[in-house]
Amino acid sequence: MHFLEESLIELITQTSTNLPPDVRAAMSLAMGSETAGTQSSQALSIIASNIDMAAEDEGPICQDTGMPTFSVHTPVGVNQIEIKKAIKAAVAEATKRGKLRPNSVDSLTGKNSGNNLGAETPVIHFEQWEQDEIEVKLILKGGGCENKNIQYSLPCELDHLGKAGRDLEGVRKCILHAVWQAQGQGCAPGALGVCIGSDRAHGYLLAKEQLFRTLDDANPVPELARLEDEIMREANSIGVGAMGFGGQVSLIGCKITAANRLPASFFVSVAYDCWAYRRLGVRLDASSGAITQWLYRDPSRPVEKMAR
Amino acid sequence: MKVGDVVLITGECYTGRDAVHAHLVKHPLPEGVDMRGAVLYHCGPVMLKNGEVWAVKAAGPTTSSREEPYQADIIKNFGVRAVIGKGGMGKKTLAALKEHGAVYLNAIGGAAQYYARSIDKVLGVNLLEFGIPEAMWKLQVHDFIAIVTMDSHGNSLHADVEKDTGARLAELQKV
Repeated sequence: MHFLEESLIELITQTSTNLPPDVRAAMSLAMGSETAGTQSSQALSIIASNIDMAAEDEGPICQDTGMPTFSVHTPVGVNQIEIKKAIKAAVAEATKRGKLRPNSVDSLTGKNSGNNLGAETPVIHFEQWEQDEIEVKLILKGGGCENKNIQYSLPCELDHLGKAGRDLEGVRKCILHAVWQAQGQGCAPGALGVCIGSDRAHGYLLAKEQLFRTLDDANPVPELARLEDEIMREANSIGVGAMGFGGQVSLIGCKITAANRLPASFFVSVAYDCWAYRRLGVRLDASSGAITQWLYRDPSRPVEKMAR
Repeated sequence: MKVGDVVLITGECYTGRDAVHAHLVKHPLPEGVDMRGAVLYHCGPVMLKNGEVWAVKAAGPTTSSREEPYQADIIKNFGVRAVIGKGGMGKKTLAALKEHGAVYLNAIGGAAQYYARSIDKVLGVNLLEFGIPEAMWKLQVHDFIAIVTMDSHGNSLHADVEKDTGARLAELQKV
């Protein structure tokens, strides 16, 4: 695993500084649909320049590089303890290089560890799989949008929408409410990862995992695919706009999964991600740790500039 | 200045976010800091130290609503005239802006590289014991772009948008 740490530093650096093509495409679409000359339109053009500048200078797209969250798949027999150590070393090194902000704060003393390492940071989820390579996916989701995550327990009463019951109609209302309550505070236009069902803790995890889907994919479950389309259409009609300035685009993606629930519980968990939707992944050779493939990227397609 | 105006700021500003606000409602300003007429920027930057010099690596705005419990007192006690952040603030701050002739400026959230290029120099730092993102940085900026979204005449774009979007949300209620 000679190259493992170096590969992970590259993953962190690229995730923090270079938005993936699906997010770029969604933001391009957002720019195209916003009314020219509005404050939202101006905000979107600054955002576009910022995306370009971050890639050019290899600087963090947003200063809030979030709670680094890794999702790792390993072949049976690979030493996960070694991978965990390499992830921590790579996180500390990327922080030293200014690709990550020191974001790990002791909740009791308020002290910032300075290197992004500390109790339960970074977050790492391991899963085994029956493939030969290691897969590491990373999401850097800032605190502003993390604070706008929301969990509903159905049935409930919602501002402006009334009663939300224990059915897909109730779920739909919750998701629309989630977009509305975020306003511009989660850096709209945002993307949602949603979990219908499960319990409070796992529901939030599954909701966040939906953010590992690409924005342009299709949900394999027909009723969820329909709901995703409906939410995209309706949420973009309420007029939050970029940064909450009022405008045509409030949402760039909505990805929904469903998990079984207890008879007594019906949760809808929503993870709100900002437009600076930093998510990438790599496939690694299981013996050397070298990168064999980038996920979410198309090597045949050059990165296009965002600014017009 | 009124809601909707786009402004370009050139001069000095101080950063301050959660820890600084909580600190300043209980303690005096750090020695040498004068906020009379100052611009306060809700920002937790990425900074690297090269020798003795701090370099700004990323510096967009952070969500301002968390400072709502403190902001009115900070404006009143220290004479701050402009607050830069994102996402807007609430009624208490809006009243303080009116009373003390100050404005709230919304910068573009996430545009950390764009804004880093507007910062010419780190002039100093206080309260670094709070950590790099939470410290009080003194910055020299040029042409720092932001939009007036809360003014000293009692207007708030955020309150207007929340109301309008709420009305449109209600139209989507099917049952």
